[in-house]
Amino acid sequence: MSSIPAIELKGITKVFGHIVANKDVDLVVMRGEILSILGENGSGKTTLMNMLAGIYYPDEGHIFIDGKEVNISSPKDALDLKIGMIHQHFKLVDVFNAVENIVLGITDGKYDIKASKKKIKETCEKYGFEIDLEKKIYEMSVSEKQTVEIVKALYKGADILILDEPTAVLTPQETQKLFNVLRKMREDGKSIIIITHKLHEVLEISDRVSVLRKGEYIGTINTAEADEATLTEMMVGAKISLDIERSEPQNSVDRLIVKGVDLYSKEGVQVLHDISFTAKSGEILGIAGISGSGQRELLEAIAGLQKISGGEILYNNPKTNAQEDLKDKTPMQIRNLGVRLSFVPEDRLGMGLVGNMDIIDNMMLRSYKKGKSVFLERKKPKELANKIIDDLQVVTPDAKTPVRKLSGGNVQKVLVGREIASSPTVLMAAYPVRGLDINSSYTIYNLLNEQKEKGVAVIFVGEDLDVLIELCDRILVICGGAVTGIVDGRTAKKEEIGLLMTKGHGGEAK
Amino acid sequence: MSKSVTKEPLMHIVKRDALPNWHSWAIRIAAIVASLLVCALIIIFFTGENPLNIYITMIKGAVGSTRRVWSLMQNVAVLLCVSLAVTPAFRMKFWNLGAEGQVLIGGLATTACMILLGSKLPPYILIPMIFVVSMIAGAVWALIPSVFKAIWNTNETLFTLMMNYIAIQIVSYFAYVWSVPKGSGTIGVINEPTKAGWLPDLFGQKYLINIVIVAVLTVVIYIYLKYSKHGYEISVVGESENTAKYIGINVKKVIIRTVLLSGALCGLTGVLLVSGTDHTLTKDTAAGRGFTAVMVSWLAKFNPLYMILTSFLIVFLQKGAIEIATVFGLNDSFSDIITGIIIFFIIGSEFFINYKVKFRNGKGESK
Repeated sequence: MSSIPAIELKGITKVFGHIVANKDVDLVVMRGEILSILGENGSGKTTLMNMLAGIYYPDEGHIFIDGKEVNISSPKDALDLKIGMIHQHFKLVDVFNAVENIVLGITDGKYDIKASKKKIKETCEKYGFEIDLEKKIYEMSVSEKQTVEIVKALYKGADILILDEPTAVLTPQETQKLFNVLRKMREDGKSIIIITHKLHEVLEISDRVSVLRKGEYIGTINTAEADEATLTEMMVGAKISLDIERSEPQNSVDRLIVKGVDLYSKEGVQVLHDISFTAKSGEILGIAGISGSGQRELLEAIAGLQKISGGEILYNNPKTNAQEDLKDKTPMQIRNLGVRLSFVPEDRLGMGLVGNMDIIDNMMLRSYKKGKSVFLERKKPKELANKIIDDLQVVTPDAKTPVRKLSGGNVQKVLVGREIASSPTVLMAAYPVRGLDINSSYTIYNLLNEQKEKGVAVIFVGEDLDVLIELCDRILVICGGAVTGIVDGRTAKKEEIGLLMTKGHGGEAK
Repeated sequence: MSKSVTKEPLMHIVKRDALPNWHSWAIRIAAIVASLLVCALIIIFFTGENPLNIYITMIKGAVGSTRRVWSLMQNVAVLLCVSLAVTPAFRMKFWNLGAEGQVLIGGLATTACMILLGSKLPPYILIPMIFVVSMIAGAVWALIPSVFKAIWNTNETLFTLMMNYIAIQIVSYFAYVWSVPKGSGTIGVINEPTKAGWLPDLFGQKYLINIVIVAVLTVVIYIYLKYSKHGYEISVVGESENTAKYIGINVKKVIIRTVLLSGALCGLTGVLLVSGTDHTLTKDTAAGRGFTAVMVSWLAKFNPLYMILTSFLIVFLQKGAIEIATVFGLNDSFSDIITGIIIFFIIGSEFFINYKVKFRNGKGESK
């Protein structure tokens, strides 16, 4: 290990409009080490790395590679400096296979796919990647796609690898595999930067941890000297209890009964296989699974947004004691039946809210139709908007600010606030804390718990198993669109759920 | 192998924070001034004329006499009417490029009423009938692509565009069928002696009724889009179809309803053109307004009140440019060049409202 750092950043500042994404950040990465960059959402981790990858250009500051000052103004410059970045959203051509994607963009004049394939195979064997090079991208799982991205970066000669939240989409087992590969690369003298929220992963994989908070550099410590408590403190500035409270369900009755639901996508692929479960009032039912296992389709089917091809979705109305069948009903028909179903979708700005509209107009989405007048009534939505801003401490200049200008956590507070305001009996939330910082996440957990105590049947689709285990009363695990198990949140082990998530299913989607 | 890339690029582009209103207007006005300066250089270079004279001629051409002012207002009203018509669809991100054809079909319906029923019905029945029939005709012409869009998700841009050519051919056909004298291919002024089916003069001004109708319409559309439930649905569908479905809006219904409105207003423009202005119909009656309206609507960011300004600007430039061409004996292309430069600068200024350019030495900032 030489004493000259592989990368040194000095006084990097990047501003977007009035938002300071990075302010005077310093960072050092040595050869042959794994550095974690830890920070809450919106702390500027990805922005900082994008400047190394040539996607953004810093407004101020200097970048040194191997002790030499450089100027990275395009991804090509980054590549010339042997910097490779694996983004959160993969940048692969779906209809190409792995080899074709890996050699894509290399302009050395030759196009010899066989020779390239041989070389790629050597790289894979060296670091222990398991991958079918002939497989098309669209047939691959998320983890395979990620492998292709990493091999691609290595093949292009990257000595410095940046991974943006690589474990967000992986199962515990896949994460372990990835970490093994990363360790091998470290032994080979590569520098690896890994962006993450997950403290236990930081402690497990990295040599040193650099922490950012609100765009500012807080400090770097050796992982050996760190524990979860110190890292959390650096990250959020004050100590926060990691416990999520969980009360015992009171007077639970069956509220929503899903029986043998099958669903096919537009392309004719079966996405849901014979799904059955019951959501009870006064409890939180978690849904665990690798993303894309049918969670979204399941919730959308219940909400009346997707047609199911078989099975039943039954709702027990607490007011009339009647049982309603929600199958083949539109969202409007469901509401007209008196079913008080609230839904916080995964795609907040693309489905739950309208980004360009202000908070007041977004409040109206659920209620604008009320009344006979042809004109809109903005007074109540305005009151509701202001109430949510006050109660949930939404950070916004005022209620007339377009929601797309709010940060992720505040967007989510607006959405959840609106969905709760209609006093639902069933509340479905898909990844409600994805991308949220710790404080906002706890606000959301508390809101869900409050609803549970009010007797609402809460369905919570999550990705962080620690949270699912701490928050939910029962956890439904799905894999490939089928239920692989329902476990008790109080006694379940993470490994047990992880296994169920990857169990596979006979009729898995092709 | 690392290339030495120590030089900072000359400039890079940075997104701006939202600007205060006055600042963005200052940029727009600066853009117009800059465009006039560029035009002046071009005028001197190519013609040797004094640019100031040219600009004065331009203004005179647009508002130089009472008759010209009325003509300007009339043209603004008609262009504004088409722009108002396309706007509800545009706010829904339904790119209706078929306004030209919808106006023509509306005009054709007006012509048909005037020719076939002009001598049979009293004006108090004929005039309302012209409005209703023409608006229905325009709406039907718009309905066809919207149904295809709503049900099979066809591309409305191409579809509406193609409908224009069909409309032009249909109008050419009827211009032949109804031509006076027979076989000449032009209809001529309809019902000149009786003035049956002509929109009445208001206070002795023949265009005033057009202007009044469009002024009322502007306010109505503004309120419709901003304060009505329909307008709200249009915005939601335009911003995100997924949100609309999630919230239970019947997206197909909203698309069809809105495009029907758009077509009906185009049909209304046909009435203003045929019954209110020209009293005849040719395939050039719409005169490209269906396309100019697209620009008017975009420039005004789909806000009906701003459209008064943008349509005025465009008509003013057109009128002025024609005047320069005649007075200085320049050909038509020259006035097009000037209009083009000015509009280019205005559209270009939007870039500087959203972004700023940072130069190497750090603090530099353009505009």
